Amino acid sequence: MAYRNYVLVCGGVGCESNKADQIYQNLLTASVANNISDEVQIVKTGCFGFCEQGPVIKVLPDETFYVNVAPSDAEEIITEHLVKGREVTRLLYDTSQSTRNVKIDGLDYYQKQFRVVLRNCGVIDPENIDEYIVRDGYAALEKVIFKMTPDDIIREIKTSELRGRGGAGFPTWLKWSFTKDVNEAQKYIVCNADEGDPGAYMDRSTLEGDPHSILEAMTIAGFACGADKGFIYIRAEYPLAINRLKIAMDQSREYGLLGENILGSDFSFDIEIRLGAGAFVCGEETALLASIEGERGMPRPRPPFPAVKGVWDKPTVINNVETWANVPVIILKGGEWFSKIGTADSKGTKVFALTGRIRNSGLVEVPMGTTLREIIYDIGGGIADNKEFKAVQTGGPSGGVITKDFLDTPIDYGSLTALGSMMGSGGMIIMDEDDCIVDVTKFYLGFSVEESCGKCSPCRIGGRTLYNILDRITKGEGELADLRKMQEIGEAMKKASLCGLGQTAPNPILSTIKYFEKEYLAHIKDGRCPAGTCKDLISYHILADKCIGCTACARKCPTAAISGERRQVHRIDPELCIKCGVCMEVCKFDAVFVR
Amino acid sequence: MAKKTLEDLKKLREQGRKKRDLVKSGTTSKNIQIIVGMGTCGIAAGAGKSFDTFIAELDAHNLDNAAVTQTGCMGLCYVEPTVEVIVPGMPSVIYGEVDGEAARRIVREHILKQRMVNNHVFDRPAVDIIQDGGK
Amino acid sequence: METVNIKINGQPVQVPADYNVLQAAKRMNINIPNLCYHPDLPAWAACGICVVKMENSPKMVRACATPVSEGMGIITHDPELHAIRKTVIELILSTHPDDCLKCGRNGSCELQKLAADYGIREQPYEIRLQDIPRDESTPSIILNPEKCIKCGRCAQVCQKLQGVWALEFVGRGDETRIAPAANLSLDDSPCIKCGQCSAHCPVGAIFERDETEMFLNAVNDPEKHVVAQIAPAVRVAIGEAFEMEPGTICTGQTYAALRRLGVDTVFDTNFAADLTIMEEASEFVIRLTKGGELPQITSCCPAWTDYMEKFYTDMIPNFSTAKSPMMMQGAMTKTYYAEKNGIDPKNIYSVAIMPCTAKKFEITRDENMFSSGHQDMDLVLTTRELSRLIKANGIDFMSLPEEEADSLIGAYSGAGTLFGNTGGVMEAALRTAYNLVTGENMEDVNVHVIRGMDGIRKGEVDIKGTKVKVAVAHGMANVSEILEEVREARKNNEEPPYHFIEVMACRGGCIAGGGQPYSTTDNIRDKRIAGLYKDDAMSVVRCSHDNPEIKYIYQDFLDKPLSEKSHHLLHTTYQYRPIYKK
Repeated sequence: MAYRNYVLVCGGVGCESNKADQIYQNLLTASVANNISDEVQIVKTGCFGFCEQGPVIKVLPDETFYVNVAPSDAEEIITEHLVKGREVTRLLYDTSQSTRNVKIDGLDYYQKQFRVVLRNCGVIDPENIDEYIVRDGYAALEKVIFKMTPDDIIREIKTSELRGRGGAGFPTWLKWSFTKDVNEAQKYIVCNADEGDPGAYMDRSTLEGDPHSILEAMTIAGFACGADKGFIYIRAEYPLAINRLKIAMDQSREYGLLGENILGSDFSFDIEIRLGAGAFVCGEETALLASIEGERGMPRPRPPFPAVKGVWDKPTVINNVETWANVPVIILKGGEWFSKIGTADSKGTKVFALTGRIRNSGLVEVPMGTTLREIIYDIGGGIADNKEFKAVQTGGPSGGVITKDFLDTPIDYGSLTALGSMMGSGGMIIMDEDDCIVDVTKFYLGFSVEESCGKCSPCRIGGRTLYNILDRITKGEGELADLRKMQEIGEAMKKASLCGLGQTAPNPILSTIKYFEKEYLAHIKDGRCPAGTCKDLISYHILADKCIGCTACARKCPTAAISGERRQVHRIDPELCIKCGVCMEVCKFDAVFVR
Repeated sequence: MAKKTLEDLKKLREQGRKKRDLVKSGTTSKNIQIIVGMGTCGIAAGAGKSFDTFIAELDAHNLDNAAVTQTGCMGLCYVEPTVEVIVPGMPSVIYGEVDGEAARRIVREHILKQRMVNNHVFDRPAVDIIQDGGK
Repeated sequence: METVNIKINGQPVQVPADYNVLQAAKRMNINIPNLCYHPDLPAWAACGICVVKMENSPKMVRACATPVSEGMGIITHDPELHAIRKTVIELILSTHPDDCLKCGRNGSCELQKLAADYGIREQPYEIRLQDIPRDESTPSIILNPEKCIKCGRCAQVCQKLQGVWALEFVGRGDETRIAPAANLSLDDSPCIKCGQCSAHCPVGAIFERDETEMFLNAVNDPEKHVVAQIAPAVRVAIGEAFEMEPGTICTGQTYAALRRLGVDTVFDTNFAADLTIMEEASEFVIRLTKGGELPQITSCCPAWTDYMEKFYTDMIPNFSTAKSPMMMQGAMTKTYYAEKNGIDPKNIYSVAIMPCTAKKFEITRDENMFSSGHQDMDLVLTTRELSRLIKANGIDFMSLPEEEADSLIGAYSGAGTLFGNTGGVMEAALRTAYNLVTGENMEDVNVHVIRGMDGIRKGEVDIKGTKVKVAVAHGMANVSEILEEVREARKNNEEPPYHFIEVMACRGGCIAGGGQPYSTTDNIRDKRIAGLYKDDAMSVVRCSHDNPEIKYIYQDFLDKPLSEKSHHLLHTTYQYRPIYKK
């Protein structure tokens, strides 16, 4: 029947290159030699992260975690741990020495992730309310309705020091108390699910995986602030999330957890879904309000703040999905429990969508204060294809880049801002040596320019002007004065734009000029793209001493730019070449190079 | 379904915990669980097909003590589709890159022979704060 | 009024609590530059030029959208603010044509002034103009999107003040433009041609249709006998174009200027205003005493009639059928005046100087505008156009003598002049209605209850025991409240809530019409209105029915109010018009 133990040997690329396969073979041999191959299964797995400390081995069911294992250690692991039941202590992942492990309630975890927001994602069936309830779902709502006053609730949120996860990090309790304190009969609770950063899908996953947690949290806020109506403003491009929200709302209404007289109490609260048309600016809360009201989604000046005058001029609490998902846990486990996670500046966890040139892309949730290095290397498994790390982009089009020198910065609201980037909603895009920083910056700026609502002149005009300058630079038509001009415009946009979109749109430029000025200058002064991606600045060539004349490149070239007889050195006609790179891909002799 | 009282919710939770314990101890009829990650990312990577393959494969082996259910994203986007497999007496395991072939292997090896399937096992990303109450 | 104590550039100042930072600075004689803010409108906060700093904060906020609060400290000018503002102005200039010399706003352009103030001598940024054709579809207003800086004033005025929603933001990012929805032309949109957009535009992007050349052609045509009339509101505003105080009464100078420009005969729309009152008050008295559709609603504002025909078609029976004074004057000119002076009406070229762009539309709005057998009015020039003509023709307006209008259709009463401001038509009509009912004049002809600047004013006037309930609305968006009350009462078969309603499309009435001098604010409105009330108060004759020329013309030509001749020449009809033509 079942094995007594399972020895999981990480088979990720990083560990493989460190002889993980040899370890696997040695473990197999040793288990046979020690006559335990019927009791212990040696399993080769996918990547576990922790690639810097690989190869790693995990023994189940006791969850022993060995790092930096060498093939010669296999024998000892089998004889000591699996035969005699004694851990090989010298190979253990040392949680006491490492500053990078997670400590919660005095206990250490080797896993870098700690899931508060995503506690139910990937665990429960989101379309079955019972599964949510079994995992303490709606217990926080019970607690607030029957055991807490609105002031108690706000005090608990205040103790937790929860800050808004949409990017700006405004204290959540303060928003709630503003709304609570306004003397108005009609108030609203809004969930901002207009996630739009490129490469970010934290909110979508949360809504798809745990819709009830959002409904419960909004209802709690309704009770705390005296609102009886909520709106979830969600992109129409999220059909699955919308569908699951609808199912969840139907189920909770049937259970009496939403609607009139919740759980038999006097308290009533209901929620309506409002679909956004995918305009990025509608994630800005005043534009979101305008859109809910049926007007064109353009930001409005603040003050008045939505907490005082929001939807239809009524006091409105707006929080984003991730902020909401924290609320039931804070109510149940207490603000104090929550405030022990994270840094002095930022409490709790943060969900990031890890993408780009990373091995293990995915959705990760880490305690605030985790370093970029831990996220990128221990969780993300490092850079794909063994390339060199160049920079990480956080905060999406509003953020900036962070370079190698700052990989050990503990992440929180303050530290990222100090580095010229920002927390943003949680997109984290990894770049390697093949990414041209000017080109990447152009991509982000292009996004902001496309999504600008066009209302205020600094953003509307400044954004496009900046974009066109960048475009010229990537074509080798830049001028030295461009750097100063971009900084000038960038400053004006930062200070004089009306909303967060425009104020932060120049961040990618300002931050990359700061950290990668040389790369800009290479484009401008030398007409060269060091990463070799700006098409106008590169050319493809064939090395005469490597080309054997196999004709593979010439046959694949879409514009017939490559000529040469069979078994003769080929050459590329620069006039015809469109720099698609196919020749380089198909060449088996590394004869094609970029200059 | 009707409106629930506080008592109802309490009962639901207790029953749920009992059921979970039963699954763990292998004393319930549907004691094997196959939980497929069906977020947008999983579905895009073919989780729907894997889901169907599991059902077909279980049928083919006349395994009526296994339930196939869906859940949201497990966070391991680089190896979608992802599936959690819970078999009594075995540690619960998260499998990644579960295409049709892997799904069939999981049924034939993990469920029938209680052998984990090489190259598809991935690490659980974090401790469960609900189940363990902080541990 | 509640006040707060704030500091501006370190100087303490006490300001009303409902001020924004822009207003507070103004009180200390500090001008914070801006392009999108207008005191008529809620802060739209688009241009990004009025940024200021709060003490101890690196952030900048918009002065226009930041209310004052107790203890706040504001820095309005420092090197960083100067640099940011200059960059923003340069950015705006990079999307704005630099053909200032050929622009209608040359000299009155707010962007041009800022560029001058900030000493902008070169264009550091790439020039990018929007290539969108002009919209010349209406007879009144021309949109030139190339010059638009998207400050949003026009759209705000059109939507918030006028409730018309003809102009909207279309497109996004740097393709944003302001235009009617769904690619419609202005003429196919709900536009009522009030021209408030053009009066609020800081640059040359929205402009009255300039027809000064047609005027010059007419006065230089020996065949043409050019007759001009000036509207009541023109006389208290035209002086502003010549550095005079708003509200200065320039009636005589304007007559003189028109004659210097080559006009053969100068009349005054005020005479026709008296005529309008004779007709309209008589109509009202019949409705009131003999039974008829009540309330009666005034119809002298062409933007309002256009609005009503689109949005309140069910109120057509309530409209006074009396034409506007301008059209009555036009009809009388090409009939009575022509006949009296033996001039062939086809040689008469009739020009009206109006505070209004909708008047350009009115002269051909339907067949009733051709009652003389010819087009009753040939040309409408706005106050702004006439000012330009006067300047271009080298006339020193300030030193012109005060001349008189020509008779027989030129003299006016104080009531007639009140047509230029909100509440004025109602007051004039009540003076005459009172006389028609009682046979005597009001003891005090000043009807204070309906004067003022509130958007909606309601009152009751006692005509010897008959309580006449009246309402006055100005600023088109305000009209719905009153008309909805009427609709509600009608639906419930109740007595109408009012007997008489006056509506003027523009805030303050014609004195702040879409064709008046730029930079109109409530302060300037007050002064112009005060000018008209002064003109009324100084008049020997205060009531339309006492105007001797009015009395004479009924004797000599029209017979009596609502006579057959009156009906033919002085009354009109209304029709349903679709809100969107397509």
